[in-house]
Amino acid sequence: MSPVRTFFPVLFSVVAAIVISGCTQSNQDAFYRSGIIYCSESNPINFNPQLDTSGTTSDASSHQIYGRLLDFNPDTGRIEASLASSWMVSDNGLSYEFQLRKGVAFHTTDYFSPTRTFNADDVIFSIDRWRLPSHPYHNVSGGRYAYFESLGIADNIQEVTRINSYRVRITLINRDSSFLANLATDFSVILSEEYAKQLMEKGIPERIDHYPIGTGPFKFQSYRKDHYIRYKRHEDFWRDVPLSERLIYDITPKSSLRLAKLITGECDAIAFPGQTEVEVIRQRDQLELAEKPGLNIGFWAFNTQKKPFDNPDVRRALAFAIDKNTLLEAVYFDSAVRAKTLLPTASWAHQRDADDTAYNPVLARKLLNDAGVPEGFRMTIWAMPVERAYNPNAAKMAELMQRYLADVGIRAEIVTYDWTTFRRHLREGLHDSVLIGWSADSGDPDNFYRPLLSCGAIPSGTNRAMWCNRKYDQLINAALKTEDIEQRKQIYQQVNSLLYEQLPLVPLAHAFRYQAHNASLSGMTINPYGGINFSGVEKKL
Amino acid sequence: MINALSRYTILFTLTLLVLAVLSFALIYLFPGDPLTNLTGLVPQNDIQREALIRQFKLDQSYPIQFYHYLQQLFLGNWGYSFISGQPLREEIGIAMPATFELSTYAMVMALLIGVPVGCYAGLKSYTVSDYAINTASIFSYSFPVFWLALIFIMLFSLEAGIAPLSGRISLLFEIPNVTGFILIDILLAKNINHGLALIDAARHLVLPTMAIGLISTAAMIRITRRSVIDVMNSPFITAARSRGLSNRQIFMRHILRNALLAILPLMAIQVTTLITNAMIVETLFSWPGIGNWLINAINQRDYPALRIGVLAVSTMVITLTVLIDILNRLIDPSREKFERGTI
Repeated sequence: MSPVRTFFPVLFSVVAAIVISGCTQSNQDAFYRSGIIYCSESNPINFNPQLDTSGTTSDASSHQIYGRLLDFNPDTGRIEASLASSWMVSDNGLSYEFQLRKGVAFHTTDYFSPTRTFNADDVIFSIDRWRLPSHPYHNVSGGRYAYFESLGIADNIQEVTRINSYRVRITLINRDSSFLANLATDFSVILSEEYAKQLMEKGIPERIDHYPIGTGPFKFQSYRKDHYIRYKRHEDFWRDVPLSERLIYDITPKSSLRLAKLITGECDAIAFPGQTEVEVIRQRDQLELAEKPGLNIGFWAFNTQKKPFDNPDVRRALAFAIDKNTLLEAVYFDSAVRAKTLLPTASWAHQRDADDTAYNPVLARKLLNDAGVPEGFRMTIWAMPVERAYNPNAAKMAELMQRYLADVGIRAEIVTYDWTTFRRHLREGLHDSVLIGWSADSGDPDNFYRPLLSCGAIPSGTNRAMWCNRKYDQLINAALKTEDIEQRKQIYQQVNSLLYEQLPLVPLAHAFRYQAHNASLSGMTINPYGGINFSGVEKKL
Repeated sequence: MINALSRYTILFTLTLLVLAVLSFALIYLFPGDPLTNLTGLVPQNDIQREALIRQFKLDQSYPIQFYHYLQQLFLGNWGYSFISGQPLREEIGIAMPATFELSTYAMVMALLIGVPVGCYAGLKSYTVSDYAINTASIFSYSFPVFWLALIFIMLFSLEAGIAPLSGRISLLFEIPNVTGFILIDILLAKNINHGLALIDAARHLVLPTMAIGLISTAAMIRITRRSVIDVMNSPFITAARSRGLSNRQIFMRHILRNALLAILPLMAIQVTTLITNAMIVETLFSWPGIGNWLINAINQRDYPALRIGVLAVSTMVITLTVLIDILNRLIDPSREKFERGTI
């Protein structure tokens, strides 16, 4: 009976406290209004998006904790000033000069108190960290900067020089018309050089990526894996926008549970509502659904370094064996458009009349026979374990494809791991084929072509087809040498026909992006160019 | 009494030892590197690997390894979670009290409702109200707990919107983890509106406690009813009645005490069921307890966490069972002569 004896007093005091405290409706409202709870889908790997291309990591840090030199305007997609108040490009397109904003404060937290505001040293530190292998911080936290590696930007920067405290010049080796766009992506965040120095002196440099300091609207407070991330308002945020006092990420991997929490009001906004759940959200008056054609592509990539997938005819045969339209209907529920190339319709370089594979199992079998792939050949389809806009249900898609492939005498086995392991094994190239995709970080076409299929993107792990083609690399490099949009468009059309010929991956769908939130939140917008952003969002009960 | 206690001690130690051997064996039985399964650390290079192997005595014979393993268990060095990289002792230290708290409230609910209702049914045995109570209790006892929890979520959270469906308290409250019991931690926390926090926590508690508690209450009603009926049929009740004691006196002095004595050992069995149910229910309500934690560990193939988690849960269950059994003996010394220590 001991538990009873111990807990009667507790129970009694609980009841008493509730009665005594007599909380009024108004301070209750004020309390619940003071913070926004966002149900996110997974754990970030760290709090530095330079180190990781996954959307989860950049959602949790890029726009909340950090600022960038430049930003995309969410409506027009144009590049606009951010931490750099203005910039100049030299006539030869090789030298960029940035005038930095003055008086931008870094976060003051339990673990760091800045003595100075943002200046040129922070820009140089942030860029040199990923650019220079000899930089003392380069190898901290693994030393892989997937995004920059996949685009090969580091090798193209000759130097980053300080002109004065608030002026920085970046010199390039080759012309790169997407350079500014890259500086505005989620990954090009500005870290604090002063904080880095302090940590280095204390001998704990890796803390910089786990206890982050930035100039963004929210400062990091605490993180418990599988449970929550807490942020507090950055009082001295340089932009004059309304900020919620607190921001909390409630980590909820199950999409149905996120929806349930949104309905009960436990979350104010949720990440990635499932395509099947969109209708439920639309029917409820107190919920709002925002929808935009996304800058993304879901695809089926073959591991071109494995036999027989190194043979373009085999890849073509497999592409003919599946019916894209059925996959689209069954998995995306009319919330996606069929993909012909890598570029979605929202991109300026989208080619409407590009070639596309059609469903033709007879032709597929014939091609397989010609290539010497026997009936009963076994292969694996890796289905990613998380929902993404570009592929909301990879497992279901894999099952459908299994059926289609069985029709042409191929026995497909579906493989899946937890997300971290999945991506590690992918990078090691253990897969035969994989259902995955890409959400772009800028509207620039180079942001699709280079990370997904260039030779340089194999080691960084974004080239899931492990495909390396000289001609392809030459073409996409040539496209960066010119600022003329028509000329670039033409080059990308050549790239498209090369891809149709080689088919290292089968483009499947460009999905719409959804974001659902409670109607009490005002100021929530979808940012098509990257992660979620809570600055300017307010809760009104 | 001393005899009995030493019997319990030996039994308890031996069982724990067997469990420890089992969990030690898991290091080798789980797929992958034994070093990683033991420590949760992935060596970055051969030098580090060598050092870790030497540190954890993996290069020695199995008995020495086991001895070292036991030592580390006692010292609280339980290794690190493979996935989160946190010390396992810390993680279990947070998760275990959460489960314990939930089970406690469910137990309190079972006692507060189950015992009086069971007594009433027993006193009125074989009348309409007894049949009604009995039917209701059998009916609710036969619900699978996970189904009941889902129905509660559907009815009370999603449809009626009365109670939240996940967690212990709204994340807007920052409650530092001191005792692991949320209600106590709220009272200890500073700089928060205690009333608001308690109401919020209570709303989070209602559904999971009801889901687990309902089944335990049903069981408690039936146990109490049976026991009261048994006591009522014994000769000393007839004797008391013939001495002219009132019904009230008979009930308070004779029936209740004797009936409760018989209930205690059955409660020991209930504790195990209760904790199992709590572990199932907390996964549905995202209650951050040990069951939820273990399920996550299974999903993510976190072998070090699984090994320690299973050991911790079984240790808790055994400890509770033994404690309740000892308590039984303290209250009812007459059992000492006939029974051996049991688990």
